[in-house]
Amino acid sequence: MAEWVINHKKAFCATGGRPGDAEQRSIIFIHGAGMDHICWNLQSRWFAWHGWSVLVPDLPGHGRSEGRALLSIEQMCSWIGKLMDAAGIKTTTLVGHSMGSAVVLHVAADMADRVDGIALLGAADVMPVHPGLLEMAQRNDPQAYELVTSWAHGQQAHFGHNQQPGIWILGNARQLMRRNRPGVLFSDLNACNTWTKGAKVIGKVKCPAVIIVGECDQMTTPKRAQKVVDMLPNGRRFILQDCGHMMMQEQPGQTLDALISAFVKAV
Amino acid sequence: MVDPKFMKFDTCALHAGYRPEATTGARSVPIHQTASYVFRDTDHATSLFNLERAGHVDSRISNPTIAVLEERVSALEGGVGAVCTASGQAALHLGIVTLMGSGGHIVASSKLDGDTNHMFLQTLPRFGITVTLVDPSDHKAIKRAIRKSTRLVYGETLGNPGLEVFNIPAVAEIAHQADVPLMVDNTFATPYLCRPFEMGADIVVHSLTKFMAGHGIAIGGVLVDGGSFDWETAGKFPTLTEPYTGYHGLDFAEDFGPAAMICRARAEGLRDFGACLSPMNAFYILQGIETLSVRMARHTTNAQSIAEFLKEHPSVDSVVYPGLSSHSDYELAKKQLTKGCGAVLSLGIKGGYEAVRIFIENLNVFSHLANVGDAKSLVIHPASTTHQQMSKESLKQAGIRKEMVRLSVGLEDLDDLINDLKQALRMSQQ
Repeated sequence: MAEWVINHKKAFCATGGRPGDAEQRSIIFIHGAGMDHICWNLQSRWFAWHGWSVLVPDLPGHGRSEGRALLSIEQMCSWIGKLMDAAGIKTTTLVGHSMGSAVVLHVAADMADRVDGIALLGAADVMPVHPGLLEMAQRNDPQAYELVTSWAHGQQAHFGHNQQPGIWILGNARQLMRRNRPGVLFSDLNACNTWTKGAKVIGKVKCPAVIIVGECDQMTTPKRAQKVVDMLPNGRRFILQDCGHMMMQEQPGQTLDALISAFVKAV
Repeated sequence: MVDPKFMKFDTCALHAGYRPEATTGARSVPIHQTASYVFRDTDHATSLFNLERAGHVDSRISNPTIAVLEERVSALEGGVGAVCTASGQAALHLGIVTLMGSGGHIVASSKLDGDTNHMFLQTLPRFGITVTLVDPSDHKAIKRAIRKSTRLVYGETLGNPGLEVFNIPAVAEIAHQADVPLMVDNTFATPYLCRPFEMGADIVVHSLTKFMAGHGIAIGGVLVDGGSFDWETAGKFPTLTEPYTGYHGLDFAEDFGPAAMICRARAEGLRDFGACLSPMNAFYILQGIETLSVRMARHTTNAQSIAEFLKEHPSVDSVVYPGLSSHSDYELAKKQLTKGCGAVLSLGIKGGYEAVRIFIENLNVFSHLANVGDAKSLVIHPASTTHQQMSKESLKQAGIRKEMVRLSVGLEDLDDLINDLKQALRMSQQ
């Protein structure tokens, strides 16, 4: 793990189980709404143990990072820039899930010379959130966690049969959500809901991009993902079979293979 | 606004953890009777061993058939994950050694299964882990017994054989105030009757051999992690919150979050202690769990009827069953075991041990053996068998008397069970 102080608050990053090295190629994984670094545990470990310098930050207010959750995708983009400065990263590959994919798009658009490739998991050009869910999250109603857990997982994932032996995927996702501090899920969902610059930033991305989408994703559907691919100059799409929105947990192997195919085999 | 949609309990009992495999389409869970698994290539092998990829490397650590059972029990209990073991005792041991080493201390209910009592008082101390037994109804005593070195509070949903109801919410609160998790043995109740995580417990163990399987043909156990205990904040569980040299510095809490405990239990506990379940036994147990709800409903109604019959019988001097108003935990049972009080009960027979002997030896439908939770009705004399190795003091503390007989009520026709008891009681008094 690694820690820096950003905006006077501790910023925690997991490193995939081994410290990074300035000589290694850098990759940063950015989590989605109401999540933290844990959602990337398998994929980040693989990269860390295969010669990459890995950072998996907890965005402010999430997991082990201090501070209040940031209010907009733009603020998150700025924070990632500061993290890269603090960590001495000149150029990096960025991987983002859901809300994190919007952050990746902004960083890739605004700091184009510092980003050599991006992967967008569960991505879309807009991320509207159901008003009922927003209202529940604003009240810190635990039912909001239940709704997100229910919707985010594909129908088949509700039966389990997890690739990670013995882990009940819905139970684990539910507990991960329940660890959120009050207000964090609402802040994240609201940031997604009010994000209006998707089309604009997508048009500015020049680096190679892969879009990884679950074929049963109800939140950021394959159709929406295709729209993002069509808007990107260098976009490729991977469709994960039998998978909803939580691809890193639902199909950890397919997700990793897609990332390897995009960033390792491509090299 | 659409409600969250999750499979309900009975559906989980039949489906959780398994989807028919694309290759064969097998509707039933296949028995993966294999010791090991072919790797795609050398990098795949390395990545699996280093926990960079999910999958199986060796059936001592995980196996596809066993994994279905682990997910199914997790779903039924409401946990984040589970590890199956060779027996319930192995599950208990695995849970303890995952949390503590030499110098660790446990505060446990004094109303325990005989083998658990033996493990706690005779065996664990040899490895530097000590246990203080406390009357589970004395909450001040539980609080007093917790020390700086305490790493676990432990109790059984229903004590064996006294059927004391463990006040899970109250004891969980005491444990959590001391930054210690509560582990509950839910064997006698099963998640059909009681879901300890919903009441504040952090870890659940089962002997799957008993009601979960229900057929008495396979030994197995399971350790289930509720995923809610904050190991980091507690600051006293280095096995979960500090880099582990046994996995190149892996920090389980950092990498697995809510599933830290269960991941360490598998990665270290099954790897190093190796008390794994067999795939065949996992398959047998899965067949039993499919009918858990319907069996437990029948077990419970049969047991309640038998308790009421015995209560009125002139040859019986006492009946211990929390579904009877005479039981000291009757009111607590009504709150905590809303679907019934399970299928184990104890009775005292007039005439002392000789009457007990004659009673047991004259039962025809009830089988005389050391088990509970079989679909068939069972009987045993705890003081001379299951709890034989306990000291006089421990027996007294556990409330086990010489004239006490334990029944595990099965699924037979109630009339046949009552007729069997009637004739054996008559013989016992001649």
